[in-house]
Amino acid sequence: MKSHDGMTLIVKTVTRLSVWLIILYGLYIILHGHLTPGGGFGGGVVIALAFLNVLLAFGHKFTGEWLKIPLLEKLESGSTLLFMLVGLLGIFYAGSFLANYIIKGSLYHLFSAGTIPLLNIIIGVKVAMSLFLVVWVMAAFKIEEEEEQ
Amino acid sequence: MILPLLIIVPLLTAFLITFIGGKKDTAAVILTLFAVTILLCMSLYSFIITGAQTQTYQMSAWAIPYGISLVLDPLSGFMMVMIAIISFTSALFSIQYIRHLQQDWKYYALFMLLLTGMNGVVMTGDIFNLFVFMEIALFAAFGLVAFGGKAEEYEAAFKYAVMGSVSSTIILFGIAVIYSATSSLTMSVIAQRLPLLDQKMVLWVGGLFMAGFGLKTAAMPFHAWLPDAHSSAPAPISSMLSGVLIKALGVYVLIRFFFNVLGAPRLFLTLFLVLGSISILVGVFLAIGQWDMKRLLAYHSISQIGYILLGLGLASPLAIFGAVFHMFNHALFKSLLFYNAGSVELALGTRNLKHLGNLSRILPVTSGTSMIASLSISGIPPFNGFFSKLVIIIAAIKTGHPVYALVAVVGSLLTLASFMKVQRYGFHGEKIIEKTVNKVGWSMNLAMICLAVLCLVTSALIIPGIREAIMDPVVNVITQKSQYLHVVMGR
Repeated sequence: MKSHDGMTLIVKTVTRLSVWLIILYGLYIILHGHLTPGGGFGGGVVIALAFLNVLLAFGHKFTGEWLKIPLLEKLESGSTLLFMLVGLLGIFYAGSFLANYIIKGSLYHLFSAGTIPLLNIIIGVKVAMSLFLVVWVMAAFKIEEEEEQ
Repeated sequence: MILPLLIIVPLLTAFLITFIGGKKDTAAVILTLFAVTILLCMSLYSFIITGAQTQTYQMSAWAIPYGISLVLDPLSGFMMVMIAIISFTSALFSIQYIRHLQQDWKYYALFMLLLTGMNGVVMTGDIFNLFVFMEIALFAAFGLVAFGGKAEEYEAAFKYAVMGSVSSTIILFGIAVIYSATSSLTMSVIAQRLPLLDQKMVLWVGGLFMAGFGLKTAAMPFHAWLPDAHSSAPAPISSMLSGVLIKALGVYVLIRFFFNVLGAPRLFLTLFLVLGSISILVGVFLAIGQWDMKRLLAYHSISQIGYILLGLGLASPLAIFGAVFHMFNHALFKSLLFYNAGSVELALGTRNLKHLGNLSRILPVTSGTSMIASLSISGIPPFNGFFSKLVIIIAAIKTGHPVYALVAVVGSLLTLASFMKVQRYGFHGEKIIEKTVNKVGWSMNLAMICLAVLCLVTSALIIPGIREAIMDPVVNVITQKSQYLHVVMGR
C-alpha cells in the first residue's frame, strides 16, 4: 500500500509550493491567449500538468479527495457544451457559426478580441480536465490490475 | 443555414449525453434517437435543395481563401442521406443490442462523435478541416471497436489504431506538401492553383493521398486491418464501419480529391482500375473460406469496395453512375447483413456458421431479411445489387475493358457462392434449433425490415425518370471535374 501514498517529504513540500505557481502560469497563458503565443490549449496542458504533479507526489488517494473527480467530469463535458453555445450564439447575432459578435476593443488590451478570450478560457478548462482525467483513468486501471494479482 | 446544423446536432448530442451520463442510460437512448431522426430529416431536405444549387457556408463569417467553408453539393448531399439512413437504423438496432453490454451512454456518445466526424468529412471544403473530422471519426471508431472489452476486441482496436495512425500520418504529409506548393488549404483554391504548378507535384500529392486514403478505403494491398476491426466491433458499429465509414472517409475523399481537385489524372484512374479488380477477386477468395459470419462479411466489404473503385476508374458517366449507385446499395445490404449476424450472435451466442442450423422458425425476420440481403449482394434481380453491378459491367464493356468486365462477373459469381454457403449452413441447415439464449427484440427487427425494404425500393433508382432526377446531379459533380471549383468560388 505504501506505493500509493506518494513520494518523499521533500517532493511533497516542493510540490505543495510549486503547484499553485504552475496553475497561475497556466491561467496567465490562457488569459493572454489572444495577445501572446499560447492560448487555451497550451494553458490547459500546463494546468493539467499541475494536477498530475499532485497525483505523482501525493498519490491516487489524496488526489481523489483533494479534487472532486465527478465535478471535473462535469466540467469536461460542460465546457464543450459552453463552446457550442458561444458558437451557436454567433449564428443568431452575426449570421455564422462561431462568428465574433462581441465588441473587439483595442489591440493589446486584456479585454479585447471579442469572443476569442472567452473561447480560450473554455478550451483551457476542457483541455486541462481531459488530459488530467485521461491519466487519472489510466492510473486507476493500473491499480485495479495490481489488486487482482 | 442548414449546413452547420448537420455537424452541430450530433456533436451537441454527444456531449449532452456525457454531461447527463452516468446512470441515466434511457436519456442517452432517447437523445440519440431524437438526434438521428432530426439528422435523417435534415439530410433528406438538404439533398432535395442541392438538386437545384450548391450551398456554401463560411464558418465564422470569414471569406473563402481565409476561412473554413462548408460545401453541400449533390454528392455531399447524397453521402449525407446514406450516412443518415444507416445511422438511423443502427441507432434503432443498438437500443436492444447494446443492453447486454454495460454503460450504454458511453457507447451512444461515441456513436454520435462517429457521426459528427463523418458528416464533417463529407461537407467540409477545407482539406485540413477534413483531416480533423476524419480523426474525430477514427478515434470514435477505435473506441467503439474495443467497446465489448474482450482481449480480441482490444487487439483489433489496437491494430486499427496503428493502421489508422499510419495512414493519417501519410495524409498529413500530403496536406503539408499541398500547402507548401499552393499556399492554401481550401480545396477549390488548390484545384485552381495546382494546374499552374509543376505536374510532378500532382504525382507526389496523388501518391501520398492514394496510399493514405487507400488505407482508409481498405482496397486490396491496404486491407489488413479491416477484417479484424469490422468483425470485432458490436454489430451496429460493424454496419456503420463497413456500411458508411470506409465510404465517407475513403471512397468519398478519393472521389472529391482525385476528380474535383486533381482533375482525374489518367495514371490514378488506371490505379483505381487495377486496385479495384484485385480487391474484387482477392477479397471474395478470402471471404469464401471463412466460417465466422462477421469475418466473411468483412472480407466481402473489400470485394465490394473493389466494384466501386472499378467503376470510378472506368470514369465514363455510366460507370460513375454505377459506382455511386453501388456505393449506396452496398451501404444498405452490407449493414443489413451485419444486423443479421448481430441478431444471430445475440440469439444463439455464436456466429460460427458450423454451429448454426435451421433458424427460419425461431428467427423468422432475421432469416428472411438475410435472404434478401444475400440476394442483393450476390446480384440477383430484382434487388438493387443486380442493377448497380450490371451498370458497372456494361460500362466496362462500353469503354473497351472486357477483361475488367470479366473480373466483375467472376467476382459476382464467387459472391453468390459464398452467400449460398451462409444461407445453407447459417439459416437453412439441417440442424433445427429450438432454443435461444436471448430474444431478438422489436427494434432490431424493425431496423432489419427497414433496410430489407430499402434494398428492394432503391432498385427504382435505375428507372430512367427517377435516375435523371436523383442520380444525375450526383454523377455530374464527379464527371464535370472543374465545375466544383467554379461553383464554390462563384459566390
